[in-house]
Amino acid sequence: VFPQASMMFAQCFQRRVSSMLLMALLCCILSSPAEASKSSEDIRCKCICPPYRNISGNIYNKNVLQKDCNCLHVVEPMPVPGNDVEAYCLLCECKYEERSTTTIKVIIIIYLSVVGALLLYMAFLVLVDPLIRKPDAYTQPLHNEEENEDARSLAAALPTAGARANTVLERVEGAQQRWKRQVQEQRKTVFDRHKMLS
Amino acid sequence: MDQKGYRRESFQSSTSDEDILEIGGASLDFSMADDDPPLDREMGGFSSYNGGGMNGTSSMMDFLEEPLPGVGTYEDFNTIDWVREKSRDRDRHREITSRSKESTWALIHSVSDAFSGWLLMLLIGLLAGSLAGLIDISAHWMTDLKEGVCLADFWFNHEHCCWKSTTTFTDRDKCPEWMSWSQLILGHGEGAFAYILNYFMYVVWALLFSLLAVLLVKGFAPYACGSGIPEIKTILSGFIIRGYLGKWTLIIKTITLVLAVSSGLSLGKEGPLVHVACCCGNILCHLFTKYRKNEAKRREVLSAAAAAGVSVAFGAPIGGVLFSLEEVSYYFPLKTLWRSFFAALVAAFTLRSINPFGNSRLVLFYVEFHMPWHLLELVPFILLGIFGGLWGAFFIRSNIAWCRRRKTTKLGKYPVLEVFVVTALTALLAFPNEYTRMSTSELISELFNDCGILDSSKLCEYVNDFNSTKGDDLPDRAAGPGVYTAMWQLALALLMKVFITIFTFGMKVPSGLFIPSMAVGAIAGRLLGVAVEQLAYYHHDWAIFSGWCSQGADCITPGLYAMVGAAACLGGVTRMTVSLVVIMFELTGGLEYIVPLMAAAMTSKWVADAIGREGIYDAHIRLNGYPFLEAKEEFSHKTLAMDVMRPRRSDPPLTVITQDSMTVEDVESIINDTTYSGYPVVVSRESQRLVGFVLRRDLIISIDNARKKQDGIVSTSIIYFTDHSPPLPPSSPSMLKLRSILDLSPFTVTDQTPMEIVVDIFRKLGLRQCLVTHNGKLLGIITKKDVLKHIAQMANQDPDSILFN
Repeated sequence: VFPQASMMFAQCFQRRVSSMLLMALLCCILSSPAEASKSSEDIRCKCICPPYRNISGNIYNKNVLQKDCNCLHVVEPMPVPGNDVEAYCLLCECKYEERSTTTIKVIIIIYLSVVGALLLYMAFLVLVDPLIRKPDAYTQPLHNEEENEDARSLAAALPTAGARANTVLERVEGAQQRWKRQVQEQRKTVFDRHKMLS
Repeated sequence: MDQKGYRRESFQSSTSDEDILEIGGASLDFSMADDDPPLDREMGGFSSYNGGGMNGTSSMMDFLEEPLPGVGTYEDFNTIDWVREKSRDRDRHREITSRSKESTWALIHSVSDAFSGWLLMLLIGLLAGSLAGLIDISAHWMTDLKEGVCLADFWFNHEHCCWKSTTTFTDRDKCPEWMSWSQLILGHGEGAFAYILNYFMYVVWALLFSLLAVLLVKGFAPYACGSGIPEIKTILSGFIIRGYLGKWTLIIKTITLVLAVSSGLSLGKEGPLVHVACCCGNILCHLFTKYRKNEAKRREVLSAAAAAGVSVAFGAPIGGVLFSLEEVSYYFPLKTLWRSFFAALVAAFTLRSINPFGNSRLVLFYVEFHMPWHLLELVPFILLGIFGGLWGAFFIRSNIAWCRRRKTTKLGKYPVLEVFVVTALTALLAFPNEYTRMSTSELISELFNDCGILDSSKLCEYVNDFNSTKGDDLPDRAAGPGVYTAMWQLALALLMKVFITIFTFGMKVPSGLFIPSMAVGAIAGRLLGVAVEQLAYYHHDWAIFSGWCSQGADCITPGLYAMVGAAACLGGVTRMTVSLVVIMFELTGGLEYIVPLMAAAMTSKWVADAIGREGIYDAHIRLNGYPFLEAKEEFSHKTLAMDVMRPRRSDPPLTVITQDSMTVEDVESIINDTTYSGYPVVVSRESQRLVGFVLRRDLIISIDNARKKQDGIVSTSIIYFTDHSPPLPPSSPSMLKLRSILDLSPFTVTDQTPMEIVVDIFRKLGLRQCLVTHNGKLLGIITKKDVLKHIAQMANQDPDSILFN
């Protein structure tokens, strides 16, 4: 009973730690864009003024705060003389806009790095992996034969063979093999047998 | 090793069609499945689902009574047993509540258990909102990458690149920092050669993005293609698809969705966003025991996650909850309503704080005008509804025909080539027309826009008479040449989108349907709106216009017609009702347009229903043969339970297990010879009185475990399901008690029960199988697959198209 209890406790602890780590990661991701200081470059007041009499339409941008976002502060130089300013400003529409360049930069760089990593991993799986697996050439035919029937019988054999695979590398290998088989199953279901997602 | 042998055999014989219950084969390798814990990690945990009262007294003494890991879990491509899952959850809750009175730690545990649902919703909202923000910003950037690049900081898209510099009123898009490809390569942007170079670069980028998307999908997560909503509907009704909501599917779907949208294909991202949000929900469920172990509770969480997904797609939290209720979920308890709303709100709030579009808007095509409309305009709105219904029915028929072709002929063997050809075709046809060159969301945004004095796009090039302008309230004006050009370009764009979407939806990249349908409707609506506007301007003295639309008044808003058209087309395709109207009015922010939207949505649904019964998602469910029992249709035939049950008159009798007279060898041979996923247990073969029902998977696990761990269990050991062991001579081998895996309360109906009631029972309770008795004795069994086949037969459809269990 006691080894069971200690294993249960270890599992419980592991799950709590992983959940806390996940929450910490989420908070980091979310707080970094939120706390990014609003540099003066990231705010602007955009005033669009349509054509008026013989003056052509114009767009005016200025980095001012929201309280100063109106026609009088932003439209400079004022194209109409003093008594016409009010009529002109009634036509203009001023909008306050904010953005966060840090967020955009971080997100695009994260996205590109994930795509790059996936491409590299795909290249590795397609090109390098078969070369590494060559030393196991004598097991290859056996694998292929079982693959034709189905990979599950292979999976059934694995727990007996790899029962003591405790080193990190072997566990990673095992996980990778399992994942590859899963993807192959999925590929067969979707692309070959057209059982799903047609 | 004969154990390995029987396992392999039982797998291979699972493909025959005549079996009652088909499964994908027994497998004890738990490490294969994403969701199930491997055998060596977990020991015990929850009390058995129905033996709580019986086993409670002996729980401390007899640790063999503790359920084995793996008992109570499900095979891939199988249906869950809702009743069992719900009763398990109630047992767990009862145990926690009773233990909470013992110590403070247990009390804290019970409080945290109650609170865990809300914490999970919060996490789902945060994760879904963040991923949606990532998708929006990346898609925005990559779409503009086809046209040019920002020299100063490459991570800015066109709009952000030109943010700081002043642009002219007429040419709002040009600024020195943004260079189109021809400008970058050639040095100038004008001329025929520059146009050809731009064209070429556009097509090359589009092909590159879509090829990358399909290769990633094929290489890493084949489940990430398509929309996802039909499969999620099936999962939420109780089906298990392992890996469909896993972490690799999530990563690949997010990445390839951005690529697919940016490649200019005629697809949207709303449906895939629902899949992404459900993946988030499923992954986060693993942090909480309450949801990890119970499939029914997990589906409640997935319903809420689907609501969060639609909420971030449209910036419509209420619409998202209603969409989840109406379209996606199967059982939607009231508790889920409040939690879904919470998740949707958190997701919308997270997205807003990431601020992907600037101005704190959540959707690109948020509409801000509030112009009034007149009752007579209901006539064109209803016309738009009819158009939406007709287009919806046409689209569903042709798309299903094309997908069926893809499924059955050689076309399906070349998915990468298919994506290549469709993208090339789309890009080549899209570039010349400026309305198809821009991304579909931008097109919808421009069509929804009401032309004011500040707009200088081609669509707003009306003949202006400055003497009568009063601020932004422009009257109806005559169309200038720009408007006429825009009209025929839009008509061409409409034709192109109508036809190319048929071939795009269902390809092996993530593809959604909402945006293309809304685009078709918006174009049609805007065309009709401008036509009515010009009619009212040139013939303001006609009887129908003179009452309310005098000269110089602003009566017709073409932007509103575009919105109504978009709602009509979306309703015609998906057959959404309430959720559609709520999403549309949350997009516009005003209640004044509810009546036109409802009129168009209802008309389009009626017209589309008159032509074809199913929406696009139900049609895809039927095409793929998923075991989805439609909850909305009535079963109106007069058949009885004995017409549907198995075994039929010509079949061998029902395979049963007796409660205390079969050996381990007998049971193993029954498991070997048949592929049924469960067996009734009777008192004896002569009496056929029902004791309970036992599942195949549980039997296999228990017998295997007993052979390995319990001493004295051999092939001639008797298996008994009763409480006390049967009397036997002392020289016989020790007996195996399997009462803990027996379901003592299986559902039964008599053979004279009308099928209407049986179908209703299956729907309402979420049963997987139902036993049929006659005069108290067990006669046969009806499974969900039998019910589905029967319904298909009654509707004159092909009953063999029901593939899964």
